[in-house]
Amino acid sequence: MKANAVSKSNPWLYWFAALTALATLALIGIGGLVTSHEAGMSVPDWPTTYGYNMFLFPINKWLGGIFYEHSHRLLASLVGLMTTILAVWLWLKDSRTWMAWLGVAAFLLVVAQGVLGGLRVTLHMDSLGIYHATIAQLFFVLTCAIALFTSRWWNELERRPPARREEISAGKQAVPEAGAPLRKLVLFTTVLIFIQLIIAAAMRHQHAGLAISDFPLAHGRLWPDMSAEAIASYNTQRVSINAENPITAFQIELQMAHRVVALAISILIAGCVWQARRRLGGKDAQTKLALAWFALILFQVGLGAATIWTNKAADVATAHVLVGALALAVGALWCAIAYRETVAAVCDRGTEQRRSPSAATIAAQPAMTGNK
Amino acid sequence: MVLYSTLEMLLMKSGHASGNIVLIMIAALAVAGQIASAADIIGIITLTGAPPAEKEITPLMENPDCAKMHATTPTTHFYVVGAKGELADVVVSLKGVTGKSTGASQPPAVLDQKGCLYTPQILAIQTGQKLIVKNSDPCLHNVHTTPTAPGNPESNQGQGPGAPDLTFTYTQPEMFLRFKCDVHPWMFAWVSVFDSPYFCVSGLDGKFVIKNVPPGKYTVEAAHRKLGTQTQDVEVKNGDVTVNFTFAAK
Repeated sequence: MKANAVSKSNPWLYWFAALTALATLALIGIGGLVTSHEAGMSVPDWPTTYGYNMFLFPINKWLGGIFYEHSHRLLASLVGLMTTILAVWLWLKDSRTWMAWLGVAAFLLVVAQGVLGGLRVTLHMDSLGIYHATIAQLFFVLTCAIALFTSRWWNELERRPPARREEISAGKQAVPEAGAPLRKLVLFTTVLIFIQLIIAAAMRHQHAGLAISDFPLAHGRLWPDMSAEAIASYNTQRVSINAENPITAFQIELQMAHRVVALAISILIAGCVWQARRRLGGKDAQTKLALAWFALILFQVGLGAATIWTNKAADVATAHVLVGALALAVGALWCAIAYRETVAAVCDRGTEQRRSPSAATIAAQPAMTGNK
Repeated sequence: MVLYSTLEMLLMKSGHASGNIVLIMIAALAVAGQIASAADIIGIITLTGAPPAEKEITPLMENPDCAKMHATTPTTHFYVVGAKGELADVVVSLKGVTGKSTGASQPPAVLDQKGCLYTPQILAIQTGQKLIVKNSDPCLHNVHTTPTAPGNPESNQGQGPGAPDLTFTYTQPEMFLRFKCDVHPWMFAWVSVFDSPYFCVSGLDGKFVIKNVPPGKYTVEAAHRKLGTQTQDVEVKNGDVTVNFTFAAK
């Protein structure tokens, strides 16, 4: 039976996990293209493709919407295979019990996600697309987390050198507890990003195009008119190439919620930067991560605006989906790192209080007393 | 009732064979009378104001299979408007008239996929009437229907070049039931389903005719996919009734 051990760094496992995360991001990208091109139902059957074995579908038939949907299915199969290998690898080789179960969770999630994608096609249920898109984001976060937890950097964090603790004692580094408000802020912001991605998935899977076609105003106003007459007028004026559903007041409300939450997220991440600089200092890795997160979110806001200004061009809208996934992953990984540092600090202090050891003695101990 | 009472009296007074002749004559007269009293509801639909500009379907020309069937880039045609504002593709029907479908005995309606476009884009049929979907193109389409009325099932079927026609039948009335192709997402048509034969789609001249409407009071409904719905009350007595609609592009 495995114990809650500190794993030895396995670079091959790490690179494979990172590759799985990268493939998942690509899969989200192609999935985004499927929705952006309204091609989700272009292959009516599943798991077959127009009656063919999925892997034997002739390439000369990959035309129009079929190209996106079939590519999505093939890449999903690859990600499924990679996740299975990763889960087995973690189970067999990673000494940490929780990591083995994390691999199992990833395997179950990818299987559920594949079945959900298939059911969305065979049951003709648009609403399943919202769950499919949301679970995709969670799965991406999970693969990124596995990559992080198998990295050498994380391994070193688990075996944090005593010098860091001495620096903390000497006041050269911030005390981790001092970062508690920041940690909570990062967690709250990450949860809000996840909610934002659910709103976004709900918007995209209405298949109604742009409910609001201008930005920064909304139908020419700060808050759009959502009366029945106004909605009728919006639909009258809207000429779209694709067979989009007419827009409704609910869809306009949904997009306004998306805009308001985007503003809130931007402010919160700016708050994270400010908190990180104040509590950890400008040179701390977490402060740099906060700045990167803020840059990412500004880019994301720009992509959101571009999505509207280009009338939801497929590539721009899909880039918006991808950067949204990255923003969530950054927040989630930062949460993991911040939590890890806190646990390490608390455990270190407990150890010191029990043993009153010298620095040299501390150096000989692993950071987490719960590990072996 | 009066008619049938008179008939019974005649039959009682006359012999059996001559009674049959009288019965047939009177029935024929009754039917003829009903036909004579049925009338057409006619009218013209116009649009005032300038509708939004149609868009060029550029993705169609980016698809090699579809592009070769067009010399120029086709456009959307949400607003088919004549020189004097005559508005085509408006579905006109008698609102609330149900349970009168003769769809099962009607010839099938036809929806064709031609040049990677649906023809016609607006169509109306009766419940129980067959709707045949053809693929006249040399490429694969998927025929994906997205009904919203409970009882009309959604379906999604591939239809390759030269594949047999697909047949659809709907049991529930529904306005603007969408047919679409997800392989070519600019391809779509809307089929309205009525539970009576009293409907039509306005032509390029904006004119419409609802034929053989029995006498009575009705609400005529004109529905355009983009411009919404208008209604007018009419009474059919003897002779055709004219009712015109004017939509405004706001």
